[in-house]
Amino acid sequence: MPNQTAETPRLAIKGIRKVYPSVVANDGIDLTVMPGEIHAVLGENGAGKSTLMKVIYGVIRPDEGEIIWEGQAVTVPNPAQARALGIGMVFQHFSLFETLTVVQNVALALPGDFDLPALAKRIEEVSERYGLPVDPRRLVHALSVGERQRVEIIRCLLQNPRLLILDEPTSVLTPQAVRKLFETLRKLASEGVSILYISHKLDEIQELCHRATVLRGGRVTGTCNPAQETPKTMARMMIGEDLPACSHGEPGAEGELRLELRGLDHPTDDPFGTQLRNICLQVRSGEIVGIAGVSGNGQQELLRAISGEEVVRDHQTVRMCGQDVGHLNPARRRALGMCFVPEERLGRGAVPRLTLTENALLTAHRKGMLSGGLIRFKVAQRFAEDCIARFDVKCGGAASEAKSLSGGNLQKFIVGREIMQDPKLLVLAQPTWGVDVGAASFIRHSLLELRNSGTAILVISEELEELFEICDRMVVIAKGTLSPSTATSETDVEEIGMWMSGMWPGAAEQDGAPHVA
Amino acid sequence: MGLDFLSSILFATVVAGTPLIIVAVGELVTEKAGVLNLGAEGIMSVGAVAAFAVAHHTHNPLLGILAGMAAGMAMSLLFGISALTLMANQVASGLALSIFGVGFSAFVGKPYESVALASVPLVPIPLLHKIPVLGPALFHQQGLVYFSWALLGAVAWFLYRSKAGLILRAVGESPVSAHSIGYGVVRIRYQAVLFGGAMAGIGGAFMSVFYTPMWVEGMVAGRGWIALSLVVFATWRPLRVMIGAYLFGGCMIMQMFVQGSGARVTIPAQFLSALPYVATILVLVLISRNRGTIRLNSPASLGQTFLPDA
Repeated sequence: MPNQTAETPRLAIKGIRKVYPSVVANDGIDLTVMPGEIHAVLGENGAGKSTLMKVIYGVIRPDEGEIIWEGQAVTVPNPAQARALGIGMVFQHFSLFETLTVVQNVALALPGDFDLPALAKRIEEVSERYGLPVDPRRLVHALSVGERQRVEIIRCLLQNPRLLILDEPTSVLTPQAVRKLFETLRKLASEGVSILYISHKLDEIQELCHRATVLRGGRVTGTCNPAQETPKTMARMMIGEDLPACSHGEPGAEGELRLELRGLDHPTDDPFGTQLRNICLQVRSGEIVGIAGVSGNGQQELLRAISGEEVVRDHQTVRMCGQDVGHLNPARRRALGMCFVPEERLGRGAVPRLTLTENALLTAHRKGMLSGGLIRFKVAQRFAEDCIARFDVKCGGAASEAKSLSGGNLQKFIVGREIMQDPKLLVLAQPTWGVDVGAASFIRHSLLELRNSGTAILVISEELEELFEICDRMVVIAKGTLSPSTATSETDVEEIGMWMSGMWPGAAEQDGAPHVA
Repeated sequence: MGLDFLSSILFATVVAGTPLIIVAVGELVTEKAGVLNLGAEGIMSVGAVAAFAVAHHTHNPLLGILAGMAAGMAMSLLFGISALTLMANQVASGLALSIFGVGFSAFVGKPYESVALASVPLVPIPLLHKIPVLGPALFHQQGLVYFSWALLGAVAWFLYRSKAGLILRAVGESPVSAHSIGYGVVRIRYQAVLFGGAMAGIGGAFMSVFYTPMWVEGMVAGRGWIALSLVVFATWRPLRVMIGAYLFGGCMIMQMFVQGSGARVTIPAQFLSALPYVATILVLVLISRNRGTIRLNSPASLGQTFLPDA
């Protein structure tokens, strides 16, 4: 910025207001970002962070308020204009095209020549430099959530933005990769790039950000210097009350075997999928076992094999509650007492266009909702209402459509729906992905309670803190194989991080004897 | 004699398949942008009558084609206003357009019903048309037959090799994402709809000016609908559209030949007339069973109204 002093803010917004038919999403929001500043925007789901970012990025237009870019009042009528100004955004709900390849997706967002091979090379360079490994030739629909996020980040970085907006960017990275990303962001900031960093991970914000603006209910409730705060004080600004403490409690006596994988091998139809090799795992009642790993290492395939969405050839390699189930479909596995919370909420965990009552019916129909082949809507509705009340789901009632709920609230509903079926075995993937701190801590708390009541719980997550918080034992998945298990109390983030790159003791001779889980 | 016969069957097959290719490729582009325009039958009908009228008055078939194209674009503009700007349901808008187009063309075409048009001379391609059997069938053809081949190649190149085509597919895949990275979804969809309309109009013009050279009410005879199903069963891939179109054309010619040959056929004529439709759909259903290819090629937002998030 040769013509500008450091005092001119890169971006200043004043009095932004955006009203939707049912809610005031932003109410007089002010925010200033200086050149080279990493500025955190904190807030619970529904606090108005996403709306505000969309206003800045030109996806939606504010009803009132001013946007001042490098000292000039501007209107940002569309994202193309935002990009022309030098604003880049990594979305939380990805804006990728599933049937296109990574390089095509990136090409769509970049102006200039349409030279895919050259672009693929640039993608490889950037992904190498910033530790965001991804193959440019792969189709996006075959990528995991974590890999898709890498594509989004790379796509943004290739546009050389002067303001980079990141919405929950670290959720799916290994601790090592987070450190690498932070290095990248600090480097970008030192080069004068401003960064708006939306996150609910308070420790990260403390480590990374220079300043934080806290939103609650569409209003700014304060700005602070994260270095001078504690996660506790910031959480209080954000949710207006203290977080419930999460007590872990001692694991009970060794429980009954509920899930057993005995040398599970599973090839994949997907040319880009991961083949599962010799997976051995035991989950007993009264314990929470966590599977850590960088996304795309076989988590999706493993989940499908456990949930029954894919049957396995050798049906003795998957056992539940003392039965071979490898050949059974999800409904029959659920009948044995398995419940399952998938990674994608809309479309797999819940049907977007159905009401919460109807969504409850989809998996909880064994709770007396059927009678002679007919639906007892009263029972289903009562179940949904119970679930809403018990799990504090903020919504317009049991008759609201699933897609009208915010991510965190829908997740609370889905997890609640499964917990209320008193499962013998509960399998969850990314239970708190994109969920705000309050709801995440609530979900974890509910899982611990469920464990104490004797359920066997398997959690597949890419968020290590979460696994360390709730799991009794942990294993790591890398390249389709599973590490031996370790008690959470006997390991640490460093060791698990190492394992996540496939380097666990005995990893080299893993082809021989199965690991004893 | 036998070879001549084969050659003439092949010739007729190509002619019968050509309007389907043109219309289906236009619809394919429209659908790839995520818009389901069920109005092809109506657009073809209006295109056919407009082309016939202009060709009749000007004695110039080329102007006829242009008129058919313009009429097709006008019709699809109506659809665009309703489905894209006013955000009406695409299926309902398209169906209404079809019904309107068929009726309107019959009304406008009344005075032309007993008029004959001079048939348009064939265009031989130098050298190639001298190849035995294939030459007379493929390279001594109506000009629009060559056009349909060029169109196929151009559209395939556009969709899979050019950036504009990539953008079009992106809009059809996820209009919300396309909007969020800054593409004018509605504008791109309008262009695709207009292109589809222009092609359907040309397809209609081919029917009335080249294929039969005359105008009869209802002469499009469901070809618009067949073109629509060709697109779906060809899993939105241009080459398969061509295969399907010629398959339909071939069956059409065969059944006409069987019916016209005077051979003692015990099968009812109605069944024979229905055969091309049934056979085409059956074969295409069989070759399009692979779930993977459907997922990869079908535009995910097809038929959904795009409501910008603002």
